[in-house]
Amino acid sequence: MDEKNLTDEQKMRRISRRSFVWALISVFGAYGGIRFITSRSQDMGVPWPLRRSLDFTDSLSKDLVQKNTPEFKNQKLTKPVRVNSDIGQGDATREDYAFTISGAGADDIKVSMVELLKMPKTTQVTEFHCIEGWTQTVEWTGVRLSDVMTKYPVMMADGSKVLPGHEGFSKYVGMETADGAYYVGLDMESAMHPQTMLCYEMNGEALPDEHGGPLRLVIPVKYGVKNIKWVGSMTYADDRPKDYWAEQGYDWFAGL
Amino acid sequence: MGEPEITPPVHADQQPTIDSGHLAPKFQVLQKKHPLAIRWFHWINFPVLFIMIWSGVLIYWANDVYGIFGFHFFPDSWYKRFGWDSRLAEGMAWHFTFMWVFSINGLLYVLYLLLSGEWRQFVPDRKSLKQAIQVVLHDLYLSKRSLPRQKFNGAQKFAYTGIIFMGFGSLVTGLAIFRPLQLPWLTALLGGYEFARILHFILMLSFCAFFLVHVAQVVKAGWNNFRAMVTGYEMAPADEEGL
Repeated sequence: MDEKNLTDEQKMRRISRRSFVWALISVFGAYGGIRFITSRSQDMGVPWPLRRSLDFTDSLSKDLVQKNTPEFKNQKLTKPVRVNSDIGQGDATREDYAFTISGAGADDIKVSMVELLKMPKTTQVTEFHCIEGWTQTVEWTGVRLSDVMTKYPVMMADGSKVLPGHEGFSKYVGMETADGAYYVGLDMESAMHPQTMLCYEMNGEALPDEHGGPLRLVIPVKYGVKNIKWVGSMTYADDRPKDYWAEQGYDWFAGL
Repeated sequence: MGEPEITPPVHADQQPTIDSGHLAPKFQVLQKKHPLAIRWFHWINFPVLFIMIWSGVLIYWANDVYGIFGFHFFPDSWYKRFGWDSRLAEGMAWHFTFMWVFSINGLLYVLYLLLSGEWRQFVPDRKSLKQAIQVVLHDLYLSKRSLPRQKFNGAQKFAYTGIIFMGFGSLVTGLAIFRPLQLPWLTALLGGYEFARILHFILMLSFCAFFLVHVAQVVKAGWNNFRAMVTGYEMAPADEEGL
């Protein structure tokens, strides 16, 4: 039938039919899209399309890591500091504590607490953001991770040194508790950040056991989950190191 | 010229002859209402906003500290009933994936409104406030005065302009709590991390409230109105053609 000879009611019916067919297709399309995502194989705790999207957002965030996160020198410290996890506390005592560095050369390097305490000391008041959504203001004291990594650079087979931040140094740093129960992976930019430290004092006192004593990582550019407590070893790695919470569906970068 | 009066044919192309409106029933003509682009933006936003709110609640569960007048957001029974508990990682993965769709769709919508000039139909004018009050009274059955027929009444203008600002608010407060250390100026501007998180939550509640009122109004307005949001066309009384 010629379109021109239709009444308006007939035209409306014709347009409606066409539009609602499109609407139906769209509804099925949307439903199919969601079903597609949820039915994909899991990649570290989430369907792989979601994992890809998290990694994509991370890749943008990486370039945005700031020189310095805000400090809160005059702000009231949160007390008591919340204890949220004991994964990785293990049975190790302070007396036999040792910190091991792997990937710097042929052999692992053992660094004692005494050696770490002799290195330049730094104090900062920063916000600690938990991935659950709460925040605390804490004063941390310790040694900059960049200082530790510079002191223990990668030793090549020919005896030459490669300092962090230079060509040939690893791209990532992995850290683990002594019992291996908890572990985190860090990108080099965040590890070398001036506010990233191996911490041994909290709010002016020796780091309490439940907060990771004697040694923990403090990395304000990351969510709390990356601030590994009871850190027993550090590995220079070229592949993205495993990460306890990333394996359970969280994004690996966990940046703020 | 002494010719007999011709009954107007039921046809769109021809303007009806004068009809004072109180005699014969007006015939209905086909009339364009919503542009295709706006319909797509609207219907894409609907499921996306649903996913954002649902996944947002999964995230909020991990630190559900808000309440008002003795009501806690949310009661444990709700988490159990709807399966909102212990799904933080999943919630974040969905939230930080569909935030892209929500933001891009919203920004394109605003861009479209600006470039097409459609924004003029949405922005309230001097008459809108008075009319909006009239609409609210009418819809609450407190006033029997009938409303003037027009594309968007005063209340709608406020609602549809407001929802754009709400969307924008959700985006910026979301960014402020998503990257508080990379965008510290934004977080500070919004009153700090904790306050921005509260704002983000209140905006979510506002979207839910908007949704309830919006759906109620659509049901009340009837099929012709709903159909126009799908097809783009409505059937309108002939004497109001080109409204």
